[in-house]
This record gives sequence, structure tokens and C-alpha cells, in this order.
Amino acid sequence: MAKSESINLTINGKKITADPGMTILDAARSVGIDIPVICLHEATTPEGICRQCVVEVDGWSRLAPACITPAAEDLDVETNSERVVRARRTILEMLGASVDISQSPELKRQMEKYQADSERFPGAKKRDHKVLDDNPFYVRDYSQCVLCWRCVQACADDLQYTYALDLGGRGHDSQIITFYDFPLPETTCVFCGNCIAVCPTKALQDKTEYLVEKGFQHNEIRARRRQERQEKRRGS
Amino acid sequence: MVFDPPLSSRLIDFLRTHQGCGREMLLPALLEAQKIHDYIPQNSAAEIGAVLSVPLAEIYGVIEFYSMLSSQPRAETVIRICTTPSCASQGSGELVAQLCQHLGVDIGESTVDGRYVVEEVECLGLCDHAPGVLVGREMVGEATLEKIFEPEGHPRSEIYGDPRWLTLRSGVIDPLSTKEFQEMGGFDGLRAALNCPPEEVIEGVTRSGLTGRGGAGFPTGLKWQSCAEEENHPKYLVCNEDESEPGTFKDRALIEGDPFTIIEGMIIAAYAVGAAKGYLYIRGEYTRSHQVLREALQIAAEEGFLGEDILGSDFSFEIELRSGAGAYICGEETALFESIEGKRGFPRVKPPFPTTQGLFGQPTVINNVETLANVSLIFKIGADQYLSLGSEDSPGPRLFSVSGDVVKPGIYEISRPLTLRELIFEQAGGVRDDKEIKAVLLGGAAGKFVGPDGLDVLLTNRGVQEAGLSLGSGAVVVFDEEVDLKFVLHGLGHFFAHESCGKCYPCQLGTQRQAEILDRILRNQTLPGDLQRLEDVGATMTDASLCGLGQTASLAVLSAAQLWPEIFAAHGGGDG
Repeated sequence: MAKSESINLTINGKKITADPGMTILDAARSVGIDIPVICLHEATTPEGICRQCVVEVDGWSRLAPACITPAAEDLDVETNSERVVRARRTILEMLGASVDISQSPELKRQMEKYQADSERFPGAKKRDHKVLDDNPFYVRDYSQCVLCWRCVQACADDLQYTYALDLGGRGHDSQIITFYDFPLPETTCVFCGNCIAVCPTKALQDKTEYLVEKGFQHNEIRARRRQERQEKRRGS
Repeated sequence: MVFDPPLSSRLIDFLRTHQGCGREMLLPALLEAQKIHDYIPQNSAAEIGAVLSVPLAEIYGVIEFYSMLSSQPRAETVIRICTTPSCASQGSGELVAQLCQHLGVDIGESTVDGRYVVEEVECLGLCDHAPGVLVGREMVGEATLEKIFEPEGHPRSEIYGDPRWLTLRSGVIDPLSTKEFQEMGGFDGLRAALNCPPEEVIEGVTRSGLTGRGGAGFPTGLKWQSCAEEENHPKYLVCNEDESEPGTFKDRALIEGDPFTIIEGMIIAAYAVGAAKGYLYIRGEYTRSHQVLREALQIAAEEGFLGEDILGSDFSFEIELRSGAGAYICGEETALFESIEGKRGFPRVKPPFPTTQGLFGQPTVINNVETLANVSLIFKIGADQYLSLGSEDSPGPRLFSVSGDVVKPGIYEISRPLTLRELIFEQAGGVRDDKEIKAVLLGGAAGKFVGPDGLDVLLTNRGVQEAGLSLGSGAVVVFDEEVDLKFVLHGLGHFFAHESCGKCYPCQLGTQRQAEILDRILRNQTLPGDLQRLEDVGATMTDASLCGLGQTASLAVLSAAQLWPEIFAAHGGGDG
């Protein structure tokens, strides 16, 4: 088949035509079919991490992540089958048991849509982290981090080429780290804000916004900043 | 606050030697720093980053990924005690407690004099000498408190089989003598292969019906063919010796007993697909195998079996030895590539498959150790005779690692159709102390349980498939009637939670949730609905995980739930 030819596939019983290079997700969206995603962002490289976009392809033994699976001729795709819904609901329930997703409207919407029970896993280990407030620009609350990798990707080759962040730990206890857990001002971070822009929760949040949400008035925030600066000068 | 020791001149020399190699040398450099200081000081990490051009955060990410690397000072000698099923059922838990009491420390805590630290680790490949312990770089079998401090020498695996094809020389010859190796047919296969055009070599392997012995069972000839068809060069040949499937120790025994047969298989494979460079990746815990291979590779190069114009042909090939650093996931082929490339061992999304984009993005063939030993054999005896071994649907000999409560644990080379019952009772001498069998774990942690009623399954590809099982890496762990399966399941749960890389959600979260429920079951605190939770978690991991680890992480647990539902019943009655 020549590259320029369009691709014919079926999604949810509907015959559709996709352009070459499209993923199943692109093809579904082009006809208004909604497939939920967590880790995917247009500014960062899709890595198929969250698996929330999995769909069932007729004849395939496992579910396929729609965000990275190319649309191909004659595929017969179901985006809401029983298997798909079970996986999505369970992923959300397991995630909600580990991470504070209360500040993410999108995740809350998905929880509701898939009737995911945030109390499904009693006694689950939470990824609790202290809020890191080590610079004037933003705070990091990794107990809200869903490990989508987007901040690491934005900091590295996808946007900023700064490489201040990476993943540390392993498995459930993975987390976003800096070199030997250095405070951000002692890393290569240039405070460009790209990581905050791609964060799907409030794990990374502008400091003023964070303080306003904590109930501080703007004049209090300004006073606090001034004090921090003075302390820093005295310290150095 | 920890103050860094001064930068070591040994590390500076190491980095000078490898300057310009780039990130590929990151893991070797970190292992070197770890060896020098017993941890990786910040200044060493920073120096490594500067010389190899790796961003600092990513260096720390790599240190954090591998269990054998540490960013914090650690005692001089790490005592690693295996707590996976074969060893757990032979008392490794009690040994950990004894040792901690003896040293006056908790797990992970260094002794006051800074000499020892105790760690629980996953399978060390000493399953036939359970409980297995790694003391510094020394392996200790049938470990006791006394033996840990006065090791009695490297534990050797007994190899059984009549006749022996793959293991013909193991334990018989001096493993480092090419003379003795060749007197028993070594390099005959290589000579035969180099006399044929590469296409015929691939055809021979295809005709032999050889399938991969690492666990996935992919047809070897097909893999080679796909790589050979790629026009992109260079191509790589990788030998996967990251054997870490709990209950499996055959690859270690093959390497330690007959390293040249693996080198021979690698050369044949490289010749067939047109690779000029090979990597031999060996897990970090296999210290003895690493030593043997290093010497064997040097001897092979000195005697002209590696390097330019091998055996007078115009084929040139070299092999680089690489050590892992403690990560089960690096046995997954793409995670292994990432590891060689100096990254965290995250599996890649497939496709693209390794044969098109593998190591360094180039066409790559990656084969398991036993698979490569089979390659040598095929060209030594010819595909026709090879086909007469094994069974029609599973040609060739196959190694089973048998451990647990059997009279004769060891490696069994099987070259005829045989049932699991025959393997355990006729070959391995049956269950110890004439006890009854309660369960067999077939295929390792990624495999499934078989109950006493399922022992007549034929150990061929088709036989196990019909029984809904898989041979996997050929691990057979036998549990007698006195073993508490809750304890075994709990161990399996922790194994996967510890070894999940954390990349995809189903496995990162699912292995943890599964372990939590298995903890409750062990403590007799099972909640109503826990079985349903395990089933949902398991289905999600199997159906939606990115790689084979997550896809198989619940198989053993769910197979146990089918065989012994009573284990999973909610405490105090009825499960929801």
C-alpha cells in the first residue's frame, strides 16, 4: 500500500478512514470518539505509560494503548468493551489508592465516568511526600504526582534541554528526583516553568497560586517573599 | 551530612581509559565507583557525568534503579540472602533473623564497625543449594550462620541427564581449557557453520525448530532471519545472561562449566546475521560466572576464536562483557539494551522489535545462554540428529532447573518427552522424606502452580500449552505438604513489587496492590472482596501492562486461587 493512501478501520462498529501516521487515538478522536488519557500530552513524547487509553483490537491477545498504536488497515477496535472498562477502572482505583488526585479535575471526571471507587483498596500504601518548597518560583508536592514522566521529558529533550529532573526509585516507590536530591536552585534548573505547564495534577504548582490556595492574601505573600530573600542574602 | 572521600585515582584511571565512550560506559563506571567506595559518592558521580557526558540527574536516576548500587555509604560487605520461593521454603527467613540477631542489626542497617549489612534479595540462582546467600562476591550454598562467615567454596550444581548433549562437558572438563573443550567436540559446530554461507546457517537453525530457552519461546531461526534481512548496519548480537527468574539456575551452571560453548554459539549467531560486535550481559549477582567469562573471552581472543578472521575465515567478531547491577527487569530484552546503553532498565514499547531497532537503535539479535548452547550443538551434530532429540513439537534437549523439596535438586537435561511427574519422581528422586507433594511452581515466578492432580502434564511446548501452562525458563520448584503456600505467595507478591520497573501504571501499581493483599492473606486478615481485587488487578496487569513482567506478574497467584480457593477465603468466613 502506498504511503499516501488512507487507512480504513472500524472503531466501535463504525467504519472510518484515517490518514497515514495516525494512531488509533487520533483516528478515534477524528470522529469524536473519546478515549481517556492520563500521561499523554501534545508537548511530550508518548511513552504509553498510563495505559488508560487501552482499547480492544479484534484478534489481539492483549489490550493496545491507543496513543502509540498506529491505525492500520482493517483493524476492528472496541474502545469501551468490558475488558477495556475493567482495566481503566482498576487502574484508576489503584492510582487513587496511592496518589492524592483530589486536585485533578480530569482524574476525578474519569473516576466518576468509570465508577471507580477510591476506597477500593483498603490499607494501600500511599506515596506520601513532604511538600518541597526550596525555591521562589514553584512548590513540588509529589504526593500528588502520578508519574506521567511529562515534567522529566519537558525538562530534557522534549522542551528545555536542561536535564534537572529524572525518575528515581523503582516500581511503586518511583519518584521524581534531582541529582542526590539537591534543592532545585542547586541543580541545572532554569525555572522555565515548562514542567509546571505539563503537570496533570498540582504536584508542580506556581508558588503564588499555591499560597493563595492555602488562604494567604497577596500582601502576606509579598511579605513572605521579601523575608525569604533577606534570609537568603544573610545566609550567603 | 556525608562528606565525600577524595576522588579515587582508580576511578580517574578507569574514566581516562574509557573517555569518549560516552554514556555506554555509565553502568561499568558506577559499578567501579561502588566497588572502590562500597557506595557512589556524589563527587564520583559528578566526575563520571562530566567525563561520559551524562546529565547529573540521570546518573542519580540510574544509581537509584539498580539494587546493587548505592548513593549512601554502605557497609564493606553486603550479605545478600535470597528470600524467593526455593530458598524461603528451605528456611531463608529464619536465617535472616538469626543473622540479624547475631550482628545486632536490622535488615539494611550496617554494623557499628561498618563491616556488614544484611539484605534480602531475589533469586541468586542457588536454588538447588537453598538457602542461597551472596557474601560480598562469594556465593554460599546450604547457608548457615557459620558458613556465611567461613564459606566452604563455590556451590556447584549437579547436572543429570542420560545422555547429555548441551551439558556434555559441564563439570567434566576444565572450563577454561580450549584444548579439553575441543577434544570433546567444542568449536566443531563453529567450524561447520563458518564453512556454510550465512543463509544456510540460518536455514539450519530454522530447520532445527529451536525455540528460545529464556522464557518466551520465540523461534530462533525466525528471529535471525528478520535481523539478517535488515539492511541497516552495524548489527549487534547480544547474549542474555541476566538469568533471574526465581527457581532458574541452568544458565549459570552452563556458563561456569562450559563457557566456550556459549561463546561458540554467539559467534555462529553473529556470523549468521552479520554482526561484528557482541555483548554478553550477565547479572550483577553472578560474580563467579563473570570471572569465568572474563577469562574465557580473553583466552578465546588470544587463541584466535574471537577477533579478526576467525578460524581462517573472513569473519571478524568481538564480544564485550557487561555486568548488570541488580534488576530482574533487565532480563527483558529491551530493558537489557537500555541497561547496556547506560540508562534505567525501562522496557521499550514494541514494535519496533529488536531485530529492526535493538541495541543503540540498530538491528539486534538477543538470545538466551541455553539457546546459544543449542546453536553450538545443532552445528556440531547437524539439524537432522538434533531433530531426533526432544519431541516433535519441541525439538532438541532442554534444561530444567529442579529445586525445592526433592531428593536430588539440580539441572536435568531432558531430550525425550517426559511428564512433570516423571521428572520429579523418576529423575529427581521424588519428594524428600517421603512426604506428599502439595504444589509445583512451573516456569518460575512468571509461571503457574500445578497441583498434585496436574503432574501428568507432558513437558513439551504443546503439552504445557494444552494444560494452560508454560515451560518458561524451565524452572521446577517443588513444595511438599508442610509448606505454607500463603508464605510462598507472599514472597512472590513481594518479588514482583520489588522488581517492577515502575514505568507503566498497571504493573507499577498492580504489583504493589497485589503484594498488599497477599500480606493480608499471610496474616489471616483477608478482607471480603480480596479475591475479586486480586482478579481485577491481575486481569489489568495481564491485559494492559507494557512488558512481560507485568503481563505475567499475577499468573502464579491467580493459578493458586483456582487450585486452592480456601487460601483466599476472607477471614472469618465467606468471600465476596
